[in-house]
Amino acid sequence: MAEPRPVPAVQLVDVWKEFLKRGRRVEALQAIDFAVERNEFAAILGPSGCGKSTLLNMVAGFDRPTRGRVLVGGEPVEGPDPRRGVVFQEPALFPWYTVLDNITFGPRTVGRAPAEYRPRVEALLEQVGLRGFESHYPAELSGGMKQRVGIARVLVMEPQVLLMDEPFGALDAQTRSLMQELLLSVWERRHQTVLFITHDIEEALLLADSVSVMTARPGRIKKRLVVDLPRPRTLELTTSGVFNELKREVLALIREESVRAAAEKGD
Amino acid sequence: MSRRIPWFVLLPLLLLALWHLAVDRQWTPPGIIPPPAQVAESWFRWIFGAPGRSLSPYSGTWVANVLYSTRRVLEGFLIAAAVGIPMGLLIGWNRLVSSLVDPSIQLFRPVPITAWLPFSIAVFGIYDASALFLIGLGAFYPIVVNTTHGVRDTNLLLLRAARMLGAGPATIVAKVVLPSALPSIFTGLRLGVGVAWTAVIVAEMIAVKSGLGYVLWDAYYVGRMDICVATMFSVGLLGFLSDRVIHALSRLVLRWRTLEAHG
Repeated sequence: MAEPRPVPAVQLVDVWKEFLKRGRRVEALQAIDFAVERNEFAAILGPSGCGKSTLLNMVAGFDRPTRGRVLVGGEPVEGPDPRRGVVFQEPALFPWYTVLDNITFGPRTVGRAPAEYRPRVEALLEQVGLRGFESHYPAELSGGMKQRVGIARVLVMEPQVLLMDEPFGALDAQTRSLMQELLLSVWERRHQTVLFITHDIEEALLLADSVSVMTARPGRIKKRLVVDLPRPRTLELTTSGVFNELKREVLALIREESVRAAAEKGD
Repeated sequence: MSRRIPWFVLLPLLLLALWHLAVDRQWTPPGIIPPPAQVAESWFRWIFGAPGRSLSPYSGTWVANVLYSTRRVLEGFLIAAAVGIPMGLLIGWNRLVSSLVDPSIQLFRPVPITAWLPFSIAVFGIYDASALFLIGLGAFYPIVVNTTHGVRDTNLLLLRAARMLGAGPATIVAKVVLPSALPSIFTGLRLGVGVAWTAVIVAEMIAVKSGLGYVLWDAYYVGRMDICVATMFSVGLLGFLSDRVIHALSRLVLRWRTLEAHG
């Protein structure tokens, strides 16, 4: 039944992760088997502390699995690499650089010629709505604008995979909605492969092609749901019947999980 | 309205008045503490010279002595910064360098700069080198310690962001660690220049024969307390000014820190 398939963009094969915390071993991730196909927008949904950021950090190359393999484009991950762009929850911009210098940090660092990256920078500034703010410093920007710089500075590197670790988690509800729409419109343009971490059910369903629900610690992938909603999507989608059907399904999974976690704690 | 009143002059004026009263009413033993007016007069002569008699060492020699001391402070301070900042970057960034060098620095640091004086004169003699050694060493400690601290305080997320964007160790130190440590480095420089002024006075009192420290000690020996007090004010003023210069420089370099969000 194994049909030959193209190499997934991201692949985790039987990945386990343990931490040492005050001399005690803590299991963060257990037997993770997970893949993101090329051009897929994959979301991982889980409660806080379930190890979903650990999972992303291993794909980014900031962290290594205790056991198992992490592959990107079929190759094992050895360390951070511009081919795997990361958008953090905090914007993590360089405060001493202007918006433009933050966005061009990557291309300048890897020694690309300005003539090569300039047109793409211009296009990105337009797409993420930062035109006119090129010479501003991060301290002068709102939270949403900082995060848009954070997105532009990795997209300019044309990464194979875009890794997003709860990128809108720290924003207020209204800004978050705007950022989700912006991300949708950016995604429509290039069908960039995305691995998106979140604890927000609506956000996951609105943005992603697939939503993998994680269990509480030790984290495992409980179920992978395919979000078969038409694209291009807009915020109005969140009010539709189909959307709510999916939401109900995810809620049931999560409730099951929290009941189990509570029961285990009671032991 | 109250903003326009320069409140900061109130306390100094009160202290001046108290000083004048204390001498005038002989609350202090007579002849030991000079009144403010006498200090001002002597200071004026020391700066601009007295008409007619110019043989006195306290007539028109202020600028020359200020320049001696300032040059020593500047040279010693620049040496301290040139050594202290790179060394602090290395200690803060590299664990091996840190374990090799940092314990020794912490061991030597509690030795007061004044305690180095005999050693310094024995090695360098009664020359400028002796003064420069003391000033440089004194200013080195706060600079290296604060630079190290600033480097270690670099946000992990910024380091990750730089690595994720393709930066290697050299780029990270130059473009992330150094700018991130700059506020702390400037704190070290401000503390360092303060120590440098302390050290220059001590050094000039004993190790060389010119500058404000030399004048201070010499004036004490010949019983010119008015000149002693004028020297104290001079050093205080120069220390204050050099601190302001570094502060202004830091405001200029760290402009990105003082900006505010548009909303």
